[in-house]
Amino acid sequence: MLANANRLTPYLFLAPAVAVMAIALLYPIGYMVWASFLDWNPSQRIGEAEFVGLRNYANLLADAAFRESFWVTIRFAAIVVTVEMVLGVGLALLLDRELRGMTLLRTVFILPMMIAPIVVGLIWRYMYHPTVGTFNKVLDGLGLPTAPWLSDGDWAFASVVIADIWQWTPFIFILSLAALQSLPRSAMEAARIDGANGWQMIWHIKLPLMLPVLIVTALLRLIDAFKVLEVILVLTNGGPGLSTEILALRISRTASEFRELGYAAAMSNLLLILLLILTILMFGYTKLQEVRAARLVAAKEIA
Amino acid sequence: MTAPAARGPNPAFYALLVALIFMALGPIVLMVANSFKLNVQITSPTAGLLFTPTIQNYETALCNFLPYEPEHIRRCDKTFGRALVNSLTISLISTAITLIVGCMAAYALVRFRFMGRGVTSLTTLMVRMVPPAVLLVPVFGIWTFQFGIDGTTFGIILIYVAMNLPFVIWILQSFIVQVPIQLEEAARMDGAGPFRTFFLVVLPLIKPGLAAAAIFTFRIAWNEFLLANALADRATRTVPVTIVNSLTEYDIDWGVIMATGTLLAIPPILFTLVASRQIITGMTAGAVKG
Repeated sequence: MLANANRLTPYLFLAPAVAVMAIALLYPIGYMVWASFLDWNPSQRIGEAEFVGLRNYANLLADAAFRESFWVTIRFAAIVVTVEMVLGVGLALLLDRELRGMTLLRTVFILPMMIAPIVVGLIWRYMYHPTVGTFNKVLDGLGLPTAPWLSDGDWAFASVVIADIWQWTPFIFILSLAALQSLPRSAMEAARIDGANGWQMIWHIKLPLMLPVLIVTALLRLIDAFKVLEVILVLTNGGPGLSTEILALRISRTASEFRELGYAAAMSNLLLILLLILTILMFGYTKLQEVRAARLVAAKEIA
Repeated sequence: MTAPAARGPNPAFYALLVALIFMALGPIVLMVANSFKLNVQITSPTAGLLFTPTIQNYETALCNFLPYEPEHIRRCDKTFGRALVNSLTISLISTAITLIVGCMAAYALVRFRFMGRGVTSLTTLMVRMVPPAVLLVPVFGIWTFQFGIDGTTFGIILIYVAMNLPFVIWILQSFIVQVPIQLEEAARMDGAGPFRTFFLVVLPLIKPGLAAAAIFTFRIAWNEFLLANALADRATRTVPVTIVNSLTEYDIDWGVIMATGTLLAIPPILFTLVASRQIITGMTAGAVKG
């Protein structure tokens, strides 16, 4: 900390950022909470909308389509995070070695997550296309039956999951690799001298040491999985039926197609609360780790 | 699986590696390849790997920038060219503002103790998690009815700056912490005020952090669809919005749309190739320490 600064200085440095975030994030969030108590459509000013109390929330509870999209979201998030964690950590363990061209390899693997979700949706929509698409062309060429990638509910759900896995496994991979490479070498050497084989190293040394980072990574990815929208919008627009209609997509359709802004605001509120709980969990966990680390350091100094 | 390095690399390992690279890059290569094909070639059931590339799709997409008139175009649709200019303007300006405002805030949070520091820091962390879908309704309402900036470039830039600030503040903090405080104290001794110290001493030292933050901010602004779709009008549409609009049509012009997708993918891919080290460092700093 700098000591001899004017008392106003920190506020001058902070003011622009705080002003922008207050105007364009905090105010809208407050506005949304208010809007969720209104019967409001896009042709009205918010002041003209009728106050309906908790009716939007009551309607949400009774809305079968909302419940369905809630479960689609939970299912989607749970499946993609699980699969991506297994694949990403597995890849990192596999590639954590002195390889020539490792930097290039990492670069290749982060490309899918850098590309616009809209473009990812576009590429996969082409590949899933019933007649001109890559997958069905290949299946057909091999004399196998083709698949209804996007036109059948269960297939469509699997298809959007696959596209998400393609785009976001790299995220887990890069973070796990970074975690692996920063593990204390001494612990690994000790284990190796004790005669641990590859699998034992992974199960008893590497994974337990990586665990704190892995938990934060999984939570971070989980929070992001609730935000996924564009890829699914381009691939299926929620269909067929409600099979891929995740919450974010339902909110945007309720607002723009059905023109029920108050109702969409109530849904947004629920999604925000859900994400807030996950965020608090993550920070709580990180803090806990910091306290543990601090204690370890303290213990070492005493010893 | 993890054979000790001494035993030498396993051929199966390399086969797996090739398969993985193929899976990561295959879809992207496919899009780029298709962007150089005519629609008859894309949809033909026998289309193979060999084809004569054509730049017709790119000519169609970028027709209003061409000095000549390509024969295959009957009517030049300026939609995409305009969107490209909009996307560039919005992304570049919002990135510049986010970086300046964000690094000042990060510096204050790292280097000063003051009243309200804890609250500001915590709020910044929390708003980082707000998804665009949640902002959709209120931002549409406020921008349209209260600020009257819907449909303007400024309106979209404002929300992108706000959305990116929390993340930028957070990753820059971890870079600023590493600047030796003695350098700043020395500058102070020489009579430099806090702002001079910040701009002349601190900023040059956190260039890698700024590069990482710039790439992340640019990428989010460049790729964003939902809010741009809600806020833009015909004249201010960005590329993702035009792509989705042309997808909803009954008959998709795959060639042109793949060319558009390729053009949209080029800047993020270039950034990644040029600055992958910074990106990976930034990602690790922003995620793991978050």
